[in-house]
Amino acid sequence: MNKTLDLITRVRGVRGAMIVSVEDGLVIAEQLMEGIKGSAVAALAASLAGKLRRAMEAAGTGTSVFWHLQAEQGALLVVPGGGTNTEGGILVVAVAEPDVNIGLVRLELLRAAEAVI
Amino acid sequence: MSPHTRAVEGWTLQPLTDFVRESSVRLVLVLTPAGQVLAQSGFARAVDVMSAAALAAAIVASTGELARQLKQAPFGALSHQGPKIGFFLATFATDRGTLAVLAVYDLDVSSLGLVQLFYEQLAADLRAASPKGAAQKQVLAADFERELTDSLNTLFGR
Repeated sequence: MNKTLDLITRVRGVRGAMIVSVEDGLVIAEQLMEGIKGSAVAALAASLAGKLRRAMEAAGTGTSVFWHLQAEQGALLVVPGGGTNTEGGILVVAVAEPDVNIGLVRLELLRAAEAVI
Repeated sequence: MSPHTRAVEGWTLQPLTDFVRESSVRLVLVLTPAGQVLAQSGFARAVDVMSAAALAAAIVASTGELARQLKQAPFGALSHQGPKIGFFLATFATDRGTLAVLAVYDLDVSSLGLVQLFYEQLAADLRAASPKGAAQKQVLAADFERELTDSLNTLFGR
């Protein structure tokens, strides 16, 4: 898993990457720069995954494949894998600078999700 | 504040209310390792509080003894997760003495990670709010029933 995360954190502007269990919101693997609270990001991202799943079900859009949350000082990019509603579901999460190449990070996240499942 | 969040000792109320709101837990007890309840949230019946507190105190005692036999420090936290519901039990030191928190959460609205995250804040808030230098009051057997009744009356607003 560390090799998988390596490929994400090598992208310029990525400050950290982690694999999170959707079911319990705990970190499975992480590579984060100092100052990023991995357990807090994991717990809150998993909580958000559950809420987004319900929102998307209500909207009739199917399950999400990629989220990009842009903030003033950075971005959170997430690819769910293995089904967010089931046991064994994971999130591949990247914490990035605001000017990161979103397309490249998305590609690496999708590859990582495929490799992990 | 949730209508079901009540405290016997007032300093526990705000930290507990914040914890319930942030972590979306269904039930919470703040208690001493002896089973004396300081605050509760989500319980509707006194009998449920009494049995949950007694069982939580028993778990704290038995895991503490297990740790002692293994020559380890007492366990910090215990979590048990079923298919739909999980529970989390942890102890921490305050100026009021060691306290335990028992939280029960639904997996479709909360998670172990979320409960652990906000438990750390709850423990810190309770440590900060606990009465400083307060001598721990011994509960005598003769006073036990009256104190228990008083506590339950407070917890259920009677």
